[in-house]
Amino acid sequence: MKLWKTILAAAVLSFVAATSAFAARTDLTLGIVLEPPHLDPTAGAAAAIGEITYANVFEGLTRIDDNGQVQPGLAESWAVSDDGKVYTFKLHSGVKFHDGSAFSADDVKFSLDRARAKDSLNPQKPLFAHITDVTAVDPATVKVTLDGPQGNFLYDMGQVAAVIVGKGSADGNKDKPIGTGPFKLDHWAKGSEITLVKNPDYWGTPAALDKATFRIVPDAAAAVPALLSGDIQAFANMPAQDALGQLQSDPRFSVVIGSTEGETILSINNKKPPFDKLAVRQALASAIDRSAIIDAASNGLGKPIGSHFSPGDAGYVDLTGVYPHDIAKAKEYLKEAGLENGFSATIKLPPVPYARDGGQVIQSQLKDIGINLQIIPVEWAEWLSQVFTNKDYDLTIVSHVEPNDIDIYSRPGYYFQYDNPKFNDVIKELGATVDKDKRLELLGAAQKILAHDVPAIYLFELPKIGVWDAKLQGMWTNWPIEADDLTKVKWTD
Amino acid sequence: MTAYFVKRLIIAALTLVLASMVVFAVMEILPGDPARLMLGLNASADQVEQLRNQMGLNAPLVLRYLHWAGGLLSLDFGRSYTYSVPVIDLVRERIAVSLPLALIALALSTIIAIPVGVFSASRQGRAGDTLAMGAAQLGVAVPNFWFALMLIYLFAVWLHLVPAGGFPGWSAGIWTALKSLLLPAVALALPQAAILARVARSALIEVLNEDYIRTARAKGLPYRAVLWRHALRNAMIPVLTILGLQFAFLLAGTIIIENVFYLPGLGRLIFQAITQRDLIVVESIVMLLVAAVILINLIVDFSYAVVDPRLRGRQ
Repeated sequence: MKLWKTILAAAVLSFVAATSAFAARTDLTLGIVLEPPHLDPTAGAAAAIGEITYANVFEGLTRIDDNGQVQPGLAESWAVSDDGKVYTFKLHSGVKFHDGSAFSADDVKFSLDRARAKDSLNPQKPLFAHITDVTAVDPATVKVTLDGPQGNFLYDMGQVAAVIVGKGSADGNKDKPIGTGPFKLDHWAKGSEITLVKNPDYWGTPAALDKATFRIVPDAAAAVPALLSGDIQAFANMPAQDALGQLQSDPRFSVVIGSTEGETILSINNKKPPFDKLAVRQALASAIDRSAIIDAASNGLGKPIGSHFSPGDAGYVDLTGVYPHDIAKAKEYLKEAGLENGFSATIKLPPVPYARDGGQVIQSQLKDIGINLQIIPVEWAEWLSQVFTNKDYDLTIVSHVEPNDIDIYSRPGYYFQYDNPKFNDVIKELGATVDKDKRLELLGAAQKILAHDVPAIYLFELPKIGVWDAKLQGMWTNWPIEADDLTKVKWTD
Repeated sequence: MTAYFVKRLIIAALTLVLASMVVFAVMEILPGDPARLMLGLNASADQVEQLRNQMGLNAPLVLRYLHWAGGLLSLDFGRSYTYSVPVIDLVRERIAVSLPLALIALALSTIIAIPVGVFSASRQGRAGDTLAMGAAQLGVAVPNFWFALMLIYLFAVWLHLVPAGGFPGWSAGIWTALKSLLLPAVALALPQAAILARVARSALIEVLNEDYIRTARAKGLPYRAVLWRHALRNAMIPVLTILGLQFAFLLAGTIIIENVFYLPGLGRLIFQAITQRDLIVVESIVMLLVAAVILINLIVDFSYAVVDPRLRGRQ
């Protein structure tokens, strides 16, 4: 009798063990450094909004995958007219918003018209500037008319600020985001965490995770013990700093270094003397030793760049050798500018480690050619008003994280104060070019102009430092856009 | 006594009005535009201007001050620019973390500090005193974020007794919530306890040298009774003053500990609001804190009267 009991107990135990082994974990807690101010990607520029909601909660007509390629999103296919001006999108059917209302062409028209309206507060309003008309042909077809061919239009429609929102729910999205994605918001404990749960009515492939929690961990020192204790199982981009080595040698974690679209640059006020002289900018470029800056500002993980272009993107030209690190040459350039005795200037540094750490290295490197930099630390709010809006600065360090943003050098009134008609022409032509090879050629030309004319000193591409549990699969390696797309993330055993 | 408190109340009200003007002025002078912060680098100047209008930032300064101060009078603290929810809701969520945390830390610090202070004072100059005060010196000197990290590595990473950080909310159960406040409370309490123990010790030593203590001993009272009943009570006034200051600090000055334990407390809310230029949130919370500090001071004044009967008759 006793033997039977033991055998029965063992059988039950092994059965329990077996089933629990088959049922892989379905919840995930991710750490993020900054809390989003709200959750509406069409109403705020904070990167954390897109990080949480893109592809998870909200979807666009197209979507950007982790290689930066355009994939079908809510539109299953599209056709472009011969003149490149009319895009006809065929929409998926059976799509529902999280509040149960049906998604249709009317919502697409509503979303695009809202984003391009006169009173639109969309943070990426320029993306929609070329749209002249949006027509809902039938519930599953939308026709978008542009004022001319737009080479990047399908990509732009996949960006974070171009997601499709519901006609009836758009105004409440800041607090209660209602999208069409595979996850919906469960709750947001302000200052603490944001929890998404699986959307059971999702139209496409359902997510493997039942629940995903984004926990806000503002302190870099706290991030490591949070991972080690298992409280948090993934950081899409970890403020790891010195602890990276420790995590890399720990078999329980995967450390995946990927690329972003963040061109980290030493921005120059091109209208402010003496920086309006090409020779002065060339002197700066020659005096800078990128590898020392990369070591200090990104733990040696950033990829060096020679122009405003991500090394991971198609059309990249390696221009890091245009102005090699050469003190003697830098001094010659200064002499050419009539400033052989050097000069003094200021550098305003926003409160991010890459800027504060990189700034000190640049200060000491420029001292070698007689340029005395005074470091002025600023908050983001000050940076935006003083540097970006009022252009009251000499030099600053910042990472431009928007994808495909080489055109910012042609924007009138942009804080670089750079105005080069030759460059503007290339960008204008690029905007209207759809042919792939021609586009790559023009992108190359634009990169070369910037590399030689140095409207800014190009330092490195910001790395994405992914750290997560080794049993976790499907996290994005790269950040072509800042998104923690969880649609393919799952636990393995 | 009543007149004393009426006078205190009038002073308190005036302090509040003055503080509101200073807070408002400081936030005005601070460079930075909340609208630009929200819309980011790609928004046009027109869009920023439009959002500024929407947020009421373009109204004249005096009008905005009166609107805000008037709201405070009717206990309307305004709406957060960034979160677009009423400020009072944000504060309520954060107080649910910060107040219990401050109270636990204060209790811990008192429980540790008073016995240590009494112990040291009664053994003044002997080995026990030197040891206790050395430890207190260490407690003051050790940076609290480092101490907090050591606690996390020991109790969360190694022993798995408590979570490494975060706050699950009171809805997750009292014990679960308390567990997540335990380490931060210890990290906050120890440096405070160290300061408090030193204050208690020196106050007690001063009192122990008074004539009436010698009288009490001379009439045959045991040392312990003299120490605890006669000396300690009289040494409480500086201790209470420090406790009042510490409580005000623990309520909102704990941003470093809140960051290390990623707790959604008041300190972090203020810090975040300042960096995002969420002016209304900063202004309203600072006013609430000013009010809280004034209230704490009133309570401390009142407690002086409780421990020292001589103060009760005074005007």
